[in-house]
Amino acid sequence: MKARTSWNVVCKVEDLVPESGVAVWTEDGPVAVFYLPHRLPALFAISHTDPFSGSNVLARGITGDIKGEPVVASPLYKQHFSLITGQCLEDETVKIKTYPVLLDGDQIRLEVPVNKQETAAA
Amino acid sequence: MSKHTLIVIGNGMVGHHFLEQLTATAAADRFHIKVFGEEKLLAYDRVHLSEYFGGSTHADLAMGTAEWYAENHIDLHLGEQVTAIDRENQTITTPMGDYAYDELVLATGSYPFVPPIKGNEHPHCLVYRTLEDLDRIRASAAGVKTGVVVGGGLLGLEAANALKSLGVNAHVVEFAPRLMPVQLDTDGGALLKRKIEELGVQVHTEKATTEIVDGEHARLRMNFSDDSHLETDLIVFSAGIRPQDTLARASGLDIGERGGIVINNQCTTSDPHIHAIGECALWSERIFGLVAPGYTMARTLAAALNGDREAAFTGADMSTKLKLLGVDVGSIGDAHAQTPGARNIRFNDEKVGHYRRMVISEDGKTLLGAILVGDNSHYDTLLQYALNDITLPDNPETLILPESQGGAPALGPDALPETASICSCHNVTKGDICGAIDAGCSDLASVKGETKASTGCGGCAALLKNVVDSELEKRGVEVSKDLCEHFPYSRQELFHLVKVNGIRTFHTLIRDHGKGHGCDICKPTVASILATCWNEHILATDHVPLQDTNDTFMANMQKNGTYSIVPRIPGGEITPDKLIVLGEVAKEYNLYTKITGGQRVDLFGATLSELPAIWEKLIAAGFETGHAYGKSLRTVKSCVGSTWCRYGVQDSVGMAIFLENRYKGLRSPHKIKMAVSGCTRECAEAQSKDIGVIATENGWNLYVCGNGGMRPRHADLFATDLSDEALIRTIDRVLMFYVRTADRLQRTSVWMENLEGGLDYLKQVVLEDSLGLGAELEEHMEGLVGTYQCEWKTAVADPEKRKRFREFVNAPEKTDPVQQWTTERDQRRPVLESETA
Repeated sequence: MKARTSWNVVCKVEDLVPESGVAVWTEDGPVAVFYLPHRLPALFAISHTDPFSGSNVLARGITGDIKGEPVVASPLYKQHFSLITGQCLEDETVKIKTYPVLLDGDQIRLEVPVNKQETAAA
Repeated sequence: MSKHTLIVIGNGMVGHHFLEQLTATAAADRFHIKVFGEEKLLAYDRVHLSEYFGGSTHADLAMGTAEWYAENHIDLHLGEQVTAIDRENQTITTPMGDYAYDELVLATGSYPFVPPIKGNEHPHCLVYRTLEDLDRIRASAAGVKTGVVVGGGLLGLEAANALKSLGVNAHVVEFAPRLMPVQLDTDGGALLKRKIEELGVQVHTEKATTEIVDGEHARLRMNFSDDSHLETDLIVFSAGIRPQDTLARASGLDIGERGGIVINNQCTTSDPHIHAIGECALWSERIFGLVAPGYTMARTLAAALNGDREAAFTGADMSTKLKLLGVDVGSIGDAHAQTPGARNIRFNDEKVGHYRRMVISEDGKTLLGAILVGDNSHYDTLLQYALNDITLPDNPETLILPESQGGAPALGPDALPETASICSCHNVTKGDICGAIDAGCSDLASVKGETKASTGCGGCAALLKNVVDSELEKRGVEVSKDLCEHFPYSRQELFHLVKVNGIRTFHTLIRDHGKGHGCDICKPTVASILATCWNEHILATDHVPLQDTNDTFMANMQKNGTYSIVPRIPGGEITPDKLIVLGEVAKEYNLYTKITGGQRVDLFGATLSELPAIWEKLIAAGFETGHAYGKSLRTVKSCVGSTWCRYGVQDSVGMAIFLENRYKGLRSPHKIKMAVSGCTRECAEAQSKDIGVIATENGWNLYVCGNGGMRPRHADLFATDLSDEALIRTIDRVLMFYVRTADRLQRTSVWMENLEGGLDYLKQVVLEDSLGLGAELEEHMEGLVGTYQCEWKTAVADPEKRKRFREFVNAPEKTDPVQQWTTERDQRRPVLESETA
């Protein structure tokens, strides 16, 4: 059975920075939301936690594309993470969480699990 | 097997090179090596002796280190003069005792020839050969006005340069009708004389000194055979060298009629267990007074001792390329056209001061020799023609005629035979380079590492690069200089595109000249270029997403995601009040506090959202951003200087503060560090910086392109005794040329080493303005200095920019849960991973 989720408002369009990311706090922990205006869709959401350091920094990385794949580079040790799949390009065993994200009027909504404990146990 | 004892007498350049060569072979294990040197100092570079007065020390000039000798198990006996050789018993004698040998190598070098002139024993009559000689010259020259060098050859002009750098009015007295009579002809000598006189050294040719007597206005007076005279305070004899063959002579070895220890092609003397190399050796009736042939002998002997029966010294090319008192001089092969039937082609531009002469064979097909004065850019090509018997083009004069544009014509690397010598210091041929490439070297750096080519004098750097590029291309290796997949350009090319097309945003640049959307390589690089060109605020909307996180948030991210803060403390000078503010702020925000290596204070552990408030307080107290986060000027370290220090000769703190304020905020390919020392004691460690300034009695000596870090490098002496204005102008040019032409993340040291022509080329561009860029570089720097803004001051005053510092945009009061703290030595620090398990 699919875990119960809900589409929560996390911030407004004016909070976003074009070509870059911001961090938001969700029930599922810190999430990085990126806004790449040249792409369609233009919004991406991945975990804000850098798996290599355990620190919450990924929203502060530089975005770009590697062979067409939209990525962010960790500001600490510079590994690249796909904004679409969360896959680390330098280490195929590392993949971080991604979240469905959409624009609702001037608000940004993220799909997060309703109950954090349940998801963590699954 | 018991080891044989090998004794080397003499620890000069050639003696040292021999040991380097021998220890690299298997023979090293067969010998127990002992070295005896008369001087107390380890072998040093005599070719660059005059730099000793420019600030270089013995350590700078040293060829090796005591550690190297220890590692190679070589017994070093310095300051221990060998007084006799007993060939029958195979022993040598020193004041400390007798030592037995199985093989003996004489590398005793030469001594300066002092002409038999009456009065030459005067205490202010000196010679120019050792560092001790230089110390004597320095002592004699202290506080006096005039000095004379007797001898207008290569060494004499070096000595004149040394006198000049001591602030003495230098004269050169030469017996022959022209300077450098061995290497130059009449026209070349005349041009060199003119150029040297323009530099303030007076040249007197065709002067024979008859006696030296007490002077009337100075210490000494030289009387000449033409009844003229010259008053001077000191005289340096540099009228040639004589082989140091005293020991060999006394022990009965064969000696040439005019001196020199006779050797065969294997560098062995008339005694099969005694060998001689370098300037003390006489091969085929010839003494070789240059270091390169000495090195060749050293290599030959090392190979022979290693059992190589083919090893043979078969003479050496005496071609020379020099910069004497800043004037280019080159002489190749049969420069005086002594080959029967030889013909000449001459080009003499008296207006700009360039003289070039080619000596070609009767049939016009081969180059026999050449002379160059004023411009050595044709030297490499001409030398290759001469050394390799390459057939000259139908109109050989094009090789020395000025081109309407571009530099000297280069001989295509394809035209060179496999045997062509590319690097004569390390005897690397084109074949060796091809071999290295075939063995897997795929770029210039690895070829240099493998073959050692271009790591000696560096004169062959441009040629080596051409050969490597051409060979790589032949093998289908594309020599890519692309920055990344988004831009098919090097950083330097991107800089030109931005500058020339007036491009102000990354978006425009990648749309017009790149592809895709950029990455963490090209974005910060372009941000740095844009900052250098237009100097807009780094948090201007278009530039925000280009910056590394440290630049975006103008602080240094630490491993737990918090930041450190480093306010600027120019020159390391700070008032007690400001120091108290730093303490108060650190206390309020519970920041870990540490003094940095660059004489400032680093405050660790601030969260993203705390940064603006902390900076508000710092700015109110008069602090500015320290750019510790940027690829830009970090600090200008200083010692306390003449204000307090009893040794200081200039106000080093004042100069450091001025420099720091001038260059703060300058965006560059990598970080830049500087330092200013108030005297030669060098307490500010300026020689380990990108830009190092050391005070002298007369102004400032400038060192460039040093660094600490992973691959430490001493800075090179760049210019001496500069006035304040000249110092700043020179630094402006060096920095701006670096910012414009360096690759991404290339420190000044690597940049300079990769410039074709290296330090000399940089000197030409900056000091002689060879590219005509000087004024433009200064103007560009002046513009940047004029548009400086404290990035933090602008940021805290702008609510939009402050929004960027929210830790979580939807939860301002939320603190990052992963940041956990503990206390150590009374300060807060992050909990380590090992402590949470």
